[in-house]
Amino acid sequence: MAKMTMVEAINMAHAWEMAHDPSVVVLGEDVGTNGGVFRATVGLQQRFGKARVQDTPLAEGLIAGTAIGMAAQGLKPVAEIQFMGFIYPALDQIASHMARLRNRTRGRLSCPVVLRMPHGGGIHAPEHHSESLEALLCHHPGLRVVCPSSPARAYGLLLAAIRDPDPVMFLEPVRLYRFARQEVQDDGQALAIGCSFVLREGSDLTIVTWGAMTVDSLKAAEQLAADGVSCEVIDAGTLAPLDFDTILDSVVKTGRLLIVHEAPRTCGLGAEIAATVNERALYDLLAPIRRVAGYDTVMPLYRLEHDYIPGVARIVDAIRATLAE
Amino acid sequence: MSEQRIVAQFEIPYRACLDGDGAPLGALPAWVEDGELLRRMYRMMVRARAFDTKAVNLQRTGKLGTYPSCLGHEATHVGVGAAMRADDVLFTVYREIGTKFWRGVDMLDVLLYWGGDERGTMYRHSPQDFPFCVPIGSQMPHAAGAALAIQIRAERRCALAFIGDGGTSQGAFYEAINFAGVKSLPLVCVIVNNRWAISVPVAAQTAATTLAQKAIAAGIPALQIDGNDLLVVRDAVGDAIERARGGGGPTVIEALTYRLSDHTTSDDATRYRSAEEVADARRLEPIARTRNFLQSRALWDEADEQALKAACSEEVDAAVKQYLATPKQSTDAMFDYLYAQLTPALRAQRDEARRFAASGH
Repeated sequence: MAKMTMVEAINMAHAWEMAHDPSVVVLGEDVGTNGGVFRATVGLQQRFGKARVQDTPLAEGLIAGTAIGMAAQGLKPVAEIQFMGFIYPALDQIASHMARLRNRTRGRLSCPVVLRMPHGGGIHAPEHHSESLEALLCHHPGLRVVCPSSPARAYGLLLAAIRDPDPVMFLEPVRLYRFARQEVQDDGQALAIGCSFVLREGSDLTIVTWGAMTVDSLKAAEQLAADGVSCEVIDAGTLAPLDFDTILDSVVKTGRLLIVHEAPRTCGLGAEIAATVNERALYDLLAPIRRVAGYDTVMPLYRLEHDYIPGVARIVDAIRATLAE
Repeated sequence: MSEQRIVAQFEIPYRACLDGDGAPLGALPAWVEDGELLRRMYRMMVRARAFDTKAVNLQRTGKLGTYPSCLGHEATHVGVGAAMRADDVLFTVYREIGTKFWRGVDMLDVLLYWGGDERGTMYRHSPQDFPFCVPIGSQMPHAAGAALAIQIRAERRCALAFIGDGGTSQGAFYEAINFAGVKSLPLVCVIVNNRWAISVPVAAQTAATTLAQKAIAAGIPALQIDGNDLLVVRDAVGDAIERARGGGGPTVIEALTYRLSDHTTSDDATRYRSAEEVADARRLEPIARTRNFLQSRALWDEADEQALKAACSEEVDAAVKQYLATPKQSTDAMFDYLYAQLTPALRAQRDEARRFAASGH
């Protein structure tokens, strides 16, 4: 078993599935010769040929729309959008067609497409390269939205996404692409979409988070453990549909909930989680639910990006405030 | 001395087979000798118009939702249908009734769709074709994707996409034909230039002399045809399809026609165009021209016409009866087709909808 980064695990998942399913094809800007701007598709064109790994013109709406036509013809396109901040031109295709094709044809046509895109900031990227727009996607019925937080989970969830019969938006936290190496077995084993991951067990407070914020949340939990505070950390993993069973079980146990996400606070996914926990477990709560989120500002250029992205200090502060209620 | 030279020039050919009265303009394509095919195409045009007339009336009497009439487009729509092979894939806008009918879509399907029921997209006889596409131009990348899939699998098929004159202003149109040019995709794009995008005339969409020439920027061949001339539509589109199926790449064809109806039943075209313009266009409408041509070849007579009208009327009435007798879907239908498998959260919402279904109207 090899130790690898998340981006290497993503590459490995592509290769496994392409080798085992001839209907899997890769498309996007720079995915071929260049292997993708983050090298997630490196080597795939050499190995599987130009027919199955296609560089497209520079048009995100075209990439998403083309994937729909290919999927309806029985292929399984895995398409890359270079950065999530460039998703807007593709939203028409995603929302108007990709998410709806099965429904509007009463199941006659479907869209087994994976749209991969780097998510979030923290790597000193230029303007429009650091956005966290998962809420835009989660609001559209018909989509699944997945966001892995480790190399092994990226491998298993990407395999699941490619095998899913419906469109999956696969959000890859850029901060984690090369953050840490982990042993990942190349065994073709998919993880289940729609299941969250309890990364750390605890009894005083539940943190629900995803993507790169899992790292900061775990650090905050570790820091507070020295003070005798026991935090449970849940990586949502799949953002649509959310695994509320695991979240609610945890909240019933701890009585306190903190939601941590990088995306802006207002109408962020944290609001949906808080509302649902209020509906289903209000009387189990010992303290109000808190959110630590990106501010309701434009994602700043990179000198201020770590003032925007919630860090360990803000998470620790929110945990202490919740426990002090 | 600075260098100056022409680095690119282009021409857009125009083709027509018949004049405005249905008389041949010259030698006709060989397939025109197939009288039964001509009769079949003509019958389909009349069938589409009979359906269309009834659909507008149904809307006027509150029995159908908003409906976009195809009046005046019959030659383009049926000509394209007749040019396609069964295993090609069709991507329409929302007006191409004649093409859908040719490919086996039932009148009931079209009535159900515009009558607010998703079951009208089931298309039993053309199961790979896409349903009507309402967001303008957004069907074009789907057609390019289908063409790419066909190319990847080295199949001898093609994708055919319709788009309107207004649709050519959308980025998706250019993105798709540009991609088709880059990859030499088996894609045929038919621009139905009916002169009006609701109230906006073509001159307000573009300063280009033709819409066909937009394809030149994508590096693919293009031509303009008389879209009210059934023979040239079937011939030009047929040529393009054969080239696409044979690996010869994409074509863009601009078919000149005229929307004789309002944009939809919610529109009032008298607000923005003159009665004289519409009357002039009506003199060139396709059904009378086609009938004149058939009669000149002794392929059609008054008895045929009366029999066809009676048959269409009967078929339309039967479809309407079936449509009006079709009960609405259960509320489960809102949930059951979102994903291959219902999610737990949706199951709860489906149950809620069931609980209140009886109290709905």
